[in-house]
Amino acid sequence: MIRNPKDLQRYTAQERANHWVVGISFILLGLSGLAFFHPAFFPLAQLFGGGVWARILHPFLGVLMALSFLAMFFRFKALNVMTPVDKEWLNRVGEMVDGNDHNMPEQGKYNGGQKLMFWALAVCMLLLFVSGILIWRAYFGFDIGLVRLGAVVHAATAALMIGLIFVHVYAAIWVKGTIRAMWYGTVTRGWAKQHHRGWYRQVTGK
Amino acid sequence: MALQSLDIARRSATTTPAPGVRQTTEVAKLIDVTTCIGCKACQVACMEWNDLRDEVGSCAGVYDNPADLSAKSWTVMRYAEVEEKGKLEWLIRKDGCMHCADPGCLKACPAPGAIIQYANGIVDFHQENCIGCGYCVTGCPFNVPRLAKEDSKAYKCSLCSDRVAVGQAPACAKVCPTGAIQFGSKEQMKDVAAKRLVDLKSRGFEKAGLYDPQGVGGTHVMYVLHHADRPELYSKLPNDPSVSPLVSLWKGFAKPLATLALAGVALGSLFHYVTKGPNEVSKELEDELEKEES
Repeated sequence: MIRNPKDLQRYTAQERANHWVVGISFILLGLSGLAFFHPAFFPLAQLFGGGVWARILHPFLGVLMALSFLAMFFRFKALNVMTPVDKEWLNRVGEMVDGNDHNMPEQGKYNGGQKLMFWALAVCMLLLFVSGILIWRAYFGFDIGLVRLGAVVHAATAALMIGLIFVHVYAAIWVKGTIRAMWYGTVTRGWAKQHHRGWYRQVTGK
Repeated sequence: MALQSLDIARRSATTTPAPGVRQTTEVAKLIDVTTCIGCKACQVACMEWNDLRDEVGSCAGVYDNPADLSAKSWTVMRYAEVEEKGKLEWLIRKDGCMHCADPGCLKACPAPGAIIQYANGIVDFHQENCIGCGYCVTGCPFNVPRLAKEDSKAYKCSLCSDRVAVGQAPACAKVCPTGAIQFGSKEQMKDVAAKRLVDLKSRGFEKAGLYDPQGVGGTHVMYVLHHADRPELYSKLPNDPSVSPLVSLWKGFAKPLATLALAGVALGSLFHYVTKGPNEVSKELEDELEKEES
């Protein structure tokens, strides 16, 4: 499915499949979890066959997301190590958001923002998994103090993570030519050179 | 609701006001621990009226039987042997839902209409709306609700809301042979308690008092205690209970704020796109690449 033989491969089929298992489980978890988050969202439970089904399915989807994210974490961990250039990029992210990316420092496969997102999501995943186990009453019965703490941490982390994913999704929509990298794996040379020049040089040798 | 006696004051996971025009008298059950003889007739009456038959358990070496509340045992007598001034005191407390004015279970419940507080003060679980998450257990400061294994629904004492609705006293109060359990309006029960306290104090129980903890807004099940200064003597009845601050944070102002913040991020993204435009590959760079290729 390469559109242009000159396009650059950014993600392998396995990486894409892994990403979408995480993505789909996140969407389903978000919808079912919001139903318990606030009464305003309770009607979302209907998408899962009602409140009882949403309650039954949510934790299993959570285990699926945790496992698939763990696989993704090890795939991309090495590529997301923060460097001083990334920190400089983050310090000047205001210019980028303002729509003026000409003077941004040169970036490798991932920029500082993407790396920060990666680590923030990893921390959120860990917190959600641990707190989720604490409040999974069907199979676990922890001390009430831990369950109460787990409930707060789970809700707060979930809200934060939904916000982070909004940013993640919007960034992909905003930067044209990005989403195809996660659909069929390739990006144009122009895209790579403009947004990830270090990576462009590395893969093209130019 | 058809019956005024079942007018609803509060409904779980509901953000709009309940019908509140009619005024209903608040009811209360008064459990006089000082006149309880520990006969367990209340446990039996509860089983009988509510059609509950718990599994036959095993003797744990004490009188408490069953040893704890369960989805099928909505009330249990707890027997504490306490030494006071060199004398043994057998403090027997009928445990069960306290029907808090500010119920932690209802606050925590995410399922609309699964927990109802009637205008008369009774807090009732409507299992047909229960989703089985157990948040009520997390919210309760008295450790009362229990999830049933067979249907994953939460159960607890209903204060015989069906009986109260038609002007009857709860089954436990009806059956109590010593009159240790009484039922009536909350005001009336406070008066009964006040008279009992005068008597108890004259008999040397200077710290006798009424347990109607204000940390949960008062309760619709109240105890007369000989040692009201130390409720924990009565099989760990909490001293000054309140809904945990963690539960209040979890179910309080934080969530509407988080919802607003998320809406802000989503709308902010939309307007960012509309005002700044998409981030596309520059024409200059594309031309440059084209030149390289040719």
